[in-house]
Amino acid sequence: MAALINVPAKAKRGDIIEIRTLTSHIMETGFRHTADGALVPRDIITSFTCRYNGTEVFRADLFPAIAANPYLSFFTVAKESGKFEFEWIGDNGYSSTASAPITVE
Amino acid sequence: MISWRAIAAATLLAAAPALVAGEIPSDARRSGYTFMGPDTRAMQDDDTANPGMLFVLDGEALWAKKTGSAEKACADCHGDARGSMKGVAARYPAFDKALARPVTLDQRINLCRANHQQASPLPYESRDLLALSAFVAHQSRGVAITAGDDPELKPFLAQGRDLFMQREGQLNLACTNCHDDNFDRRLAGAPITQAQPTGYPLYRLEWQTLGSLERRLRSCMSGVRAQAYDYGAPELVALELYLMSRARGLPMETPAVRP
Amino acid sequence: MPTTRRQFLSLTGGVTIAGTIPIVTMRPLQATPAMLNTAIRNVVGEAQIRTGKVKLDIPPLVENGNTVPMTVSVASPMTANDYVKSIHVFNEKNPQPNIGNFYLNAASGRAQVSTRIRLADTQKVVAIARLSDDTFWQVATEIVVTLAACTEEMN
Repeated sequence: MAALINVPAKAKRGDIIEIRTLTSHIMETGFRHTADGALVPRDIITSFTCRYNGTEVFRADLFPAIAANPYLSFFTVAKESGKFEFEWIGDNGYSSTASAPITVE
Repeated sequence: MISWRAIAAATLLAAAPALVAGEIPSDARRSGYTFMGPDTRAMQDDDTANPGMLFVLDGEALWAKKTGSAEKACADCHGDARGSMKGVAARYPAFDKALARPVTLDQRINLCRANHQQASPLPYESRDLLALSAFVAHQSRGVAITAGDDPELKPFLAQGRDLFMQREGQLNLACTNCHDDNFDRRLAGAPITQAQPTGYPLYRLEWQTLGSLERRLRSCMSGVRAQAYDYGAPELVALELYLMSRARGLPMETPAVRP
Repeated sequence: MPTTRRQFLSLTGGVTIAGTIPIVTMRPLQATPAMLNTAIRNVVGEAQIRTGKVKLDIPPLVENGNTVPMTVSVASPMTANDYVKSIHVFNEKNPQPNIGNFYLNAASGRAQVSTRIRLADTQKVVAIARLSDDTFWQVATEIVVTLAACTEEMN
C-alpha cells in the first residue's frame, strides 16, 4: 500500500526544509469491539524513523491516539545531496520503508 | 446520545414547519467543501496531505496490473487513464444498453472485470474497488459534472428524485428536508450541506478511510432510522444518479476530504 | 474512584467464576487525570515542568474527533548548544493517555511537528518539550470536540 512523501527536490545548503509523510495504515486502537462484542485487537504503527544519508534526523513513537493513515510533518537542515529514508514499524511485525532524493547546492 | 440526536432532529422540524421542498437553483449550488473549516480544506487541497491520495496511488498500480483469467490490465484496453478516463466519472452513473439500466462507476469497473478481464467482482467498499474508482474519478478532478444527460436515464432520474423527496424512517425525514430546505443550518453541531456528491469516493475524517457515495447514503438512512438499501440496489443507483445530475456544473473533486 | 456499574458487573462476574476473592485487572474506559499524570511522570521523572515556550495548535472547531490536525512548536534557537530534544503529547480522556513522542536534534532547524490525532471527547491536551539543558516546558489546552450528526454505527 502506498505512502506519500514530500521532500523538496532541491535546497540550498543550510536551508531549513519541511518533510511530510503520509502512509496507509488502519491504526486499529485495540479499544473497539465488533457488533458481537469481540475486542478488535490493536494493530498500529508504533515507531517512525527518518534518516538523512544514514543519520537519524527525526523519530517518533506513535500510540493508538494517532489517526488512521498517519501523517507526520517535521523539519531538518539541508546539509548535502543524498537521500532521506523513512521507516515505519508496527504491531504484528509490520514494517514499511520509503525514500526520497534531495539535491543540495 | 441517540435520544439526544432525535431531539435535535425534532427541533429542526419544529423550527421549519412551513418550508416546502424546493430545489436549489443552479447558481446557488455549493460543494460540501464550502461548508468545511480551513483545516479540513487544507487537507483536501494539498495532494501530499490528502489521505485520499493514498488510495489514488493504489488505484494507479491496480490500473496497470494484469488480472483475471484473461490476464489483462485496465491499461491494456484503456491505455493512459490521464487521457482515456478524463471526464468519465463526471457522467456516472451512466446508462448501460445491455443491462437497460444505469450503472455506477463501481459497477462499471466490476462489469469490465467480468466481461473483459474474466475476473471476480471486487466487493463494495473493498480497498481495491475504492482505489480503482478513486483513481478513475481523480482523472476528472476539475471537470464539470454532466451526469444525467442521456435521455434513456429519464425514468431512473425520476425514480431518484422521488426517493430524494420521499419521507422515510422513524424520524420521517426526506433527503430534501435537510439538504434542500435547511442547508447552512446545523444538526448536532455539524453543518448541514447541500448533499452535492462532487468528490466521491472521498476520505471522511469520521470513517478514517475512503468511502463511496453509497456508503454515505446508507449512513444518512441509518441517521433517519430507515432501513438502508443494500449496496448496488437499484434505489441507491437511482438516488446517486439524481444527486449527480442535481450537482451538474459543479467541478469534480475526487478524492475530496469531508468531516 | 467510585464504582461504576460496569466495574460492579465485572467484579461480581469474577466472584461467580472464581468462587473466591477475584483478582480483577480493569482498564478504565477513559484515561484519568491520574493516568495522565503517571504518563507524564514516566517521561519527565521528578523534574520540574515549567509553563511556556511550547505552542499547541489545534483548530478551535474540531470537525471530527477521529482525525484532528495538530501542530506543536517550541520557541528555541535550535543551535548546537540550545535545542529541543523531544516533544511529548498527552491527553486526558482517550482510553490511553499517550498521543506521541517526537525526537528532534540540533540539526532539526525548527522545533515543530504536525500530525493528526484522535480525541474521544472534549478534553485537555498537554504538550511537553524537553530542551537540551534537560529542562521541561509545557502547554495545556482544552479542546472542544463536537459530535457529528448522522454518524455510522461502528462496523
